[in-house]
Amino acid sequence: MTFVEETNDSGHNRKLLYDKYVRYLFIASASLMTVVILSIIIFVGQQGLMTFRDVSPMEFFFSSKWDPSADKFGALSFISGSVLVTIAAVLLGGPLGLAGAIFMAKIAPQWLRDLMRPATDLYVAVPSVVYGFVGLTILVPFIRENFHVPTGFGLLSAAIILGIMILPTIISISEDAIRAVPRPLEEASLALGATRWQTIYRVLVPAALPGILTSVILAMARAVGETMAVQMVIGNTPQLARSLFTPTSTLPSEIVVEMGNTPFGSAWGNSLFLMALVLLIISLVMILVIRRIAATQGGEK
Amino acid sequence: MMSPRAMDYLATGLMWLAGILILAILVFFLGYMLFKGLPVLSWEFITGMPSDIRAGGGVGPQFFNSFYILMLSMLFSIPVAVGAGIYLAEYAGNNRLTDAIRLSTESLATVPSIVLGLFGMIIFVNFLGMGFSIIGGSLTLMLLNLPVLVRVTEEALRTVPAYYREASLALGATKWQTIWRVVLPNALPGIITGITLTAGRALGETAILIFTAGTTVSRTVPDFDVMAAGETLAVHMWYVMAVGLVPDRIDVANGTGALLIITILIFNLVFAIPGRLLQRKMKGAH
Repeated sequence: MTFVEETNDSGHNRKLLYDKYVRYLFIASASLMTVVILSIIIFVGQQGLMTFRDVSPMEFFFSSKWDPSADKFGALSFISGSVLVTIAAVLLGGPLGLAGAIFMAKIAPQWLRDLMRPATDLYVAVPSVVYGFVGLTILVPFIRENFHVPTGFGLLSAAIILGIMILPTIISISEDAIRAVPRPLEEASLALGATRWQTIYRVLVPAALPGILTSVILAMARAVGETMAVQMVIGNTPQLARSLFTPTSTLPSEIVVEMGNTPFGSAWGNSLFLMALVLLIISLVMILVIRRIAATQGGEK
Repeated sequence: MMSPRAMDYLATGLMWLAGILILAILVFFLGYMLFKGLPVLSWEFITGMPSDIRAGGGVGPQFFNSFYILMLSMLFSIPVAVGAGIYLAEYAGNNRLTDAIRLSTESLATVPSIVLGLFGMIIFVNFLGMGFSIIGGSLTLMLLNLPVLVRVTEEALRTVPAYYREASLALGATKWQTIWRVVLPNALPGIITGITLTAGRALGETAILIFTAGTTVSRTVPDFDVMAAGETLAVHMWYVMAVGLVPDRIDVANGTGALLIITILIFNLVFAIPGRLLQRKMKGAH
């Protein structure tokens, strides 16, 4: 069918009508994204907020006494576990990922770059259970023996595994940001006699900073929501982490461990949904921060 | 105080070290899993029925379920995601609707998968009464795929040069004809790469499926009944380690892990990387 053949008016009108209808179809598909995210917020939110019929917000957020059989629903240790493990993961994975991004963008020879790109894709594709399993069978015993601690489960193990899991996020977004710095900036610095390293950390990294920050925040979002790998190495004990080696728990790992045993709609079940709501809010706030960074960056240009 | 030159050498050395360390960690994870798991893999393991108590169980139903759920979820996701991607790349004006859709897609992409799993549990498992089922798992997994697929589709469509569209429109084609005959075919390699990368990720997903597809399997293999419970390989690997009672659970987990890694390597190396190279070549040609 070619366009020239159809010259009679009715055929053309039919096509224009058709054109209009597919457009609505596309708008509907796109709007579905908004419908989905709003439904998630509403349904998880509604189920989670029902917790407050039985548990006071004070207790949920500021008590670390978690004992569902005695009606104690203090989630502080999970919230603090999530926050601590995320910060530790970024401290471990961030510098390594950033160095890797700089290496890929400016130092690595072409063949190595061509190898590292699919490698970062593979990092994302490795299932989180595999990260967790290798952590459980290698890292946990290693930490137990080398740091002379009773179990090896805890913040340190989780942070190391998460630090590895966030590498691809940091590498790919930071590399793009560094690569996007206008060439003249770099050349001007080199022409002034700066070494490559001076150019990198005085010119390229500052210029790419918004992108690098975005990568770190997305990495944090991934770390805070990671469930399976963390569950396998953190020890799953509802207690505040007093050291890097205390078995503790995070919001997602606690949800996955307990959800199976809880009656749907009970105070216990609802409090797990409330933890999911806290996670959801954390990830939505991170998106707003990223948008803020992007907006200020756009304003400067 | 170090001279700038020495500092430059030192920093360059450290960057090399970082690059090599990053590759080495990946090689270690893949190599360890394959080294431990390959000896476990046998025809009986890959196709056999799992065992709850005795040693020597296989992962046949889980292997089947992994692909069945993946296929169904992609079947649901691709039309919607491509439609949304087309809207964002070809139609979207600078208005509130577009802003809302972009914000929603970005937000959906960062929602932790355990939260998606709980949402699926409320909606599909309880509210719609599907129970722990293959269909419930697939529909929830769709929520994970959608934002990624929308993004890759939009990006792929944007790489098609504007003059392609202008030429087609100038010949009297309608907008939809232009998209269907000119823009989509040219964006196809990019979209396919995106689909395979997304599929590779969805295959290893666990947190979403535990409370939607469940941790049990049907007694018959292959069971195409979408209402049957559908534990996947990744869920099984977690389940035997966390809750399982079989004495050979480490072996089962090793074998399952190796099977997952092999599948993902195939997805990435056989499908995605050639697509990416093709895409780069096409970009270079313009």
